[in-house]
Amino acid sequence: MTTGLGIDAVHGEHLLREMLRIRRFEERCVELYSETKIRGFMHLYIGEEAVAVGAMQALTADDAVVATYREHGHALARGLPAAEIMAEMFGKAEGSSRGRGGSMHIFDVGRRFYGGNAIVGGALPLAVGLALADALAGRPRVTACFFGEGAVAEGEFHESLNLAALWNLPVLFCCENNLYAMGTRLERAESEVDLTLKAAAYEMPAWPVDGMDVLAVERAAGAAASSVRAGAGPHFLELRTYRFRAHSMYDPELYRTKAEVEEWKERDPIGGFVARLGAERLVDDARVAAIEAEIAAELDAAIAFAEAGTEEPVEDLERFVYSEGVR
Amino acid sequence: MTASIAAALSPDVAEPATTTYREACRAALRAALLADERVFLMGEDVGRYGGCFAVSKGLLDEFGPERVRDTPLSESAFVGAGIGAALGGLRPIVEIMTVNFSLLALDQIMNNAATLLHMSGGQCAVPLVIRMTTGAGRQLAAQHSHSLEGWYAHIPGIRVLTPATVDDARWMLGPALADPDPVLIFEHGSLYNASGVVSPDGSGIDIARAAVRRPGRDVSIVTYGGTLPHCLDAAVRLADEGIEAEVVDLRVLRPLDDAAIRATVARTHRVVVVDEGWRSGSISAEVSARIMEQSFWELDAPVERVCSAEVPMPYARHLEEAALPRAPAIVAAARRTVRGG
Repeated sequence: MTTGLGIDAVHGEHLLREMLRIRRFEERCVELYSETKIRGFMHLYIGEEAVAVGAMQALTADDAVVATYREHGHALARGLPAAEIMAEMFGKAEGSSRGRGGSMHIFDVGRRFYGGNAIVGGALPLAVGLALADALAGRPRVTACFFGEGAVAEGEFHESLNLAALWNLPVLFCCENNLYAMGTRLERAESEVDLTLKAAAYEMPAWPVDGMDVLAVERAAGAAASSVRAGAGPHFLELRTYRFRAHSMYDPELYRTKAEVEEWKERDPIGGFVARLGAERLVDDARVAAIEAEIAAELDAAIAFAEAGTEEPVEDLERFVYSEGVR
Repeated sequence: MTASIAAALSPDVAEPATTTYREACRAALRAALLADERVFLMGEDVGRYGGCFAVSKGLLDEFGPERVRDTPLSESAFVGAGIGAALGGLRPIVEIMTVNFSLLALDQIMNNAATLLHMSGGQCAVPLVIRMTTGAGRQLAAQHSHSLEGWYAHIPGIRVLTPATVDDARWMLGPALADPDPVLIFEHGSLYNASGVVSPDGSGIDIARAAVRRPGRDVSIVTYGGTLPHCLDAAVRLADEGIEAEVVDLRVLRPLDDAAIRATVARTHRVVVVDEGWRSGSISAEVSARIMEQSFWELDAPVERVCSAEVPMPYARHLEEAALPRAPAIVAAARRTVRGG
């Protein structure tokens, strides 16, 4: 039975669970970072969960996902096991990239999850190429390409949108506008801050979306993905969101006020969604507590898996530079 | 799969025994497009224009715009799209007009093509071929003339080929496409009009080994690409003086054929490395260092290098010629290693 929200209890619970998994996963990551179990750069998605979870609902297993270095959420929402992501962050051989990538480079080709790309804007051309391969093969697939608003300042953004539109390729460009490119606010980097206008200039449908509302994201992504899949060429979503945490673990956050962060936290995509589900009597406190307990158990197991993981032998250091067993 | 591509790239039509480097490049592209429907060519003006250097002339008519794709002037996007298409199961051949323009795509080549396999723990192989023109000698000045293949040879994860003969131009593309990892092919602009013999089936042509282009006992001239003809010219002049030079064509700048380098040093005990790149931090420096590491006790004289002058390539004919490694300088260097001083 659907409700005023347009969803039933099962689906509502699914969306909530997926967002909570990301948040709790990353909260654990912060603790593990403090314990130095995780090192390197680590970028948290907390506050932006509705974007990955909502958008991922529009994709099938055959579709492809290309993401950025802030990709724990996308990887989890795409269905990568939390244990393999955690093991990757621990630098273990059981990690999704065998410990060669770390937090910024989660890959799972079997699930068509193509990273984990840490050059801003650098993965947009890859998404165009993946879509080109599908188009030439006549496969009705979508490649969803996630990137931050900082990428809009890169030449590769413009080259890629133009090429995708010129060749009518099935790319769903998902711009996660969290307002700050590391510490540079959008207004300080762009002469035109309405990002949909930039995409529209390349003759593709471009819509702004409330990225703090998982249902709004799901609806927009669903409509856009259907259109892309039907052959209408690339679409662009500007998903307006906010990261509640620092850019990375090294960021003292000198560029924004605590008041601003608190203001955005009032629009917490998870808290707000729980309230809406509760108002529609789709979940109650006991059910939320049960979901939390299940997620805690999943994460306990993931961390245990990572702890128990093995290290790649140093003798294998130079593996995977070239393909194996072919020459 | 890879073996079937290589097998399928044998010629389906009789090809003339003698042809030009340009025609050989085109024949290689045509054979590749005929052999495997996953192969497609894309780049700036490869289609309707026929290729900046007329290499792909006629291919659009034969294979259509899906497989011979003109791109906008967006080097980073179309090289990156080639990487993505390779990840998606195709076998792209991406043409970049010149090596200088490839710097606009360096992010894609270095940060994506060369690293994705390792960064993904072995999941993301990138079977991509990138062709580009390199080198000077045509009075194109400082933004169309450089030899940066040595830079690319610095990068683990890619293979760097420098076909210097018509036969290599015809037959290196097949194994490059069969390679599961990114391969960069550098075609020296001064070679397109060169004529040479094409073997009927390319047997013996690989993308791993160096080749001795002229045997000799007194000194080894180690080179690649556009300077090969100048080294062969120098060897003729040296022969007139009674010095028998062996000319080794590296053919592959990454990975270097160490065994071939060791072997030639063991035969002649004297080496001149000739490289159209700048001397500092160059592939010639790498070859020289490896000789020191691997063959030090074989040497009877210090390794000599003949490289381009360390200037942005000038336009004026006499200045450009003076900047480039040419036979007189190669002869003089060889003479020093043999006779001293």
